[in-house]
Amino acid sequence: MVQQEMAHPFEKYLRAEMMPHIWCPGCGNGIVLNSFVHALDELNMDLDKMAVISGIGCIGRTAGYVNTDSFHTTHGRSIAFATGVKLANPELEVVVISGDGDLFAIGGNHFIHAARRNIGLKVICANNFNYGMTGGQQGPTTPLEASTTTTPYGNIEHPFNLVHLAAASGATYVARWTALHVRRLTQSIKKMLQKEGFCFIEVITPCPEIFARRNKMRTPLEVMEWYKRASVVENFSDPSRAEITPQRIVVGEFLDIERVSYEKLLHEKISQINEKTMDW
Amino acid sequence: MSKKKALLTGAHFMNGDIACAEGAIAAGCRFFGGYPITPATEIAEHLSERMPEFGGIYIQMEDEIASIAAVIGASYAGLKAMTATSGPGFSLMQENIGLAIMTETPCVIVDIMRGGPSTGQPTMPGQQDVMQAKWGSHGDYGIIALAPASVQEMFDLTVEAFALSETYRVPTLLMGDEVVGHMWEKVVIPPASNINIVNRKKPHVSPDKYEPFKPDDDLVPPMACFGEGYRFHATGLTHNEKGYPKTQSSEVQTKLVKRLCEKISRNADKIIKVEEVMVDDADIVVVAYGIVARAALSAVRKAREAGIKAGLLRLVTLWPFPEEHVARAAKHAKTMVVPEMNCGQMVREVERVVRTTPVAFLSKLGEDPHTPNEILEVIRRNV
Repeated sequence: MVQQEMAHPFEKYLRAEMMPHIWCPGCGNGIVLNSFVHALDELNMDLDKMAVISGIGCIGRTAGYVNTDSFHTTHGRSIAFATGVKLANPELEVVVISGDGDLFAIGGNHFIHAARRNIGLKVICANNFNYGMTGGQQGPTTPLEASTTTTPYGNIEHPFNLVHLAAASGATYVARWTALHVRRLTQSIKKMLQKEGFCFIEVITPCPEIFARRNKMRTPLEVMEWYKRASVVENFSDPSRAEITPQRIVVGEFLDIERVSYEKLLHEKISQINEKTMDW
Repeated sequence: MSKKKALLTGAHFMNGDIACAEGAIAAGCRFFGGYPITPATEIAEHLSERMPEFGGIYIQMEDEIASIAAVIGASYAGLKAMTATSGPGFSLMQENIGLAIMTETPCVIVDIMRGGPSTGQPTMPGQQDVMQAKWGSHGDYGIIALAPASVQEMFDLTVEAFALSETYRVPTLLMGDEVVGHMWEKVVIPPASNINIVNRKKPHVSPDKYEPFKPDDDLVPPMACFGEGYRFHATGLTHNEKGYPKTQSSEVQTKLVKRLCEKISRNADKIIKVEEVMVDDADIVVVAYGIVARAALSAVRKAREAGIKAGLLRLVTLWPFPEEHVARAAKHAKTMVVPEMNCGQMVREVERVVRTTPVAFLSKLGEDPHTPNEILEVIRRNV
């Protein structure tokens, strides 16, 4: 029997040489990548004019899998690196795809300042509630009382509410979905890619091998069932009240406003300065 | 467009920090990301005023880690990029200096050295970061570091730093000190035709054949930039010539790390610059760099007036270390004298190279640099 090689429908968006990916069975990172690639396809994005940047961690490998210009930075520094890229070439669509520990613990300072400046970065955070790559340690989004390898008696640190943090810091678009909300996530990514300024999407993603098993969810399916049971869509509700608990996960779009971006202000300023200089 | 010129050809009176900023502009630097710190702040202040005059980008980042990260990003997006700092900020930058080395990013990092460790002496000169310049980031690598001794050299060596950085795709460090940073002197900015502007070499193959870390014979790979259609990947992980992670391969790791070291060491002859004054017949050779070399020159002249055959070997390049120049000077010398504003850093390199020639070290900490008489006294004692 002659086996016919079928091209993957999204082949042009991915680096086949980098496959297989490093992610565990049941991991949600593939869903994030899948939604991202669908969004690129539906928008017919110019891949030559896009840079995908990520930091360290499981989801940090995404930059290597996407067939655009891409850079895998040091831990926590993807947004700072991306700031340099966006300012040096504002025509590029600069997307940051990274994890909760990378963006909000070691990289937290860069996140709030990039949002404050409203620089045109599109940030997707895969939030799996722990440091998966290093074996499941507590992180800045680990829920209270959750078990991790460094909170064996239950977590006593309050987690960040990422959508509240992003909105309060100055983002123009803020949304949260789970890996179950694939279509809505894809629509959100599409929306974000068409907006000006700093945009943020949190995707709650299963980490079945490392986080879920320690927290009484034995299979990837059980994690998805939790998302299904607990998720409530509350679009444009107050992000400060967007809780994540075993009983209730508030998802939706929380913010979608227009605010002039840093790079636009910068280039307007540069033109003004040069006009003034001309007058002399 | 703007009437203001990027290149201010002519004679000026400026301080070293401003001269450094003007040197960057002259070299074609169009991105500066920094964070305020004494005694380097004037570089940022000056560039915040100058960069917009010809479309360059100035941004004050949230810290020094962000500054160097943004500089690497801007360089990958195609601009010549620089940051400037002092000891505490230089320490914060070390991890991403390693990223710049690993991803072979052309960029310039200015360290206007003050007294350390920690917050130390923000307004006083030091030379305590010169070993950190070579060894500060983890892992093995080659790097280039230059030591300006005048305000003119703050301009000239900043231009040179960009040329070296673009040629070898390596972060290049300008190791100034508080005195050369804040001192005011005459600076002559040459016409454009006399400024050595070097741009990174671009790929000579089509995007489908491009391997971003495949070196030419000079061990330096041509560099595509984001948005040029090459769609390549770069990572701080150990990677193959395609740029893809290969973290389990000793072969890939060995080949990559050796090349990162050798692209500097094998090109050392082309990189290294020193200034030799009356070294050929000298019984006593003073090896000095930065502001201390100015006092050393005065001391050497005074010694000659007193009939002592003294000479000065001034290190313009600190790294790669000018081994051959030091060894040659030591051949005829009875003693080497090394004055430094630290507890003994480059003197270790001198001792390593000269082997049997005695080396007298003169440390000075916490105040103004050595006076000529202090160095002269050591020369006299060793006659």
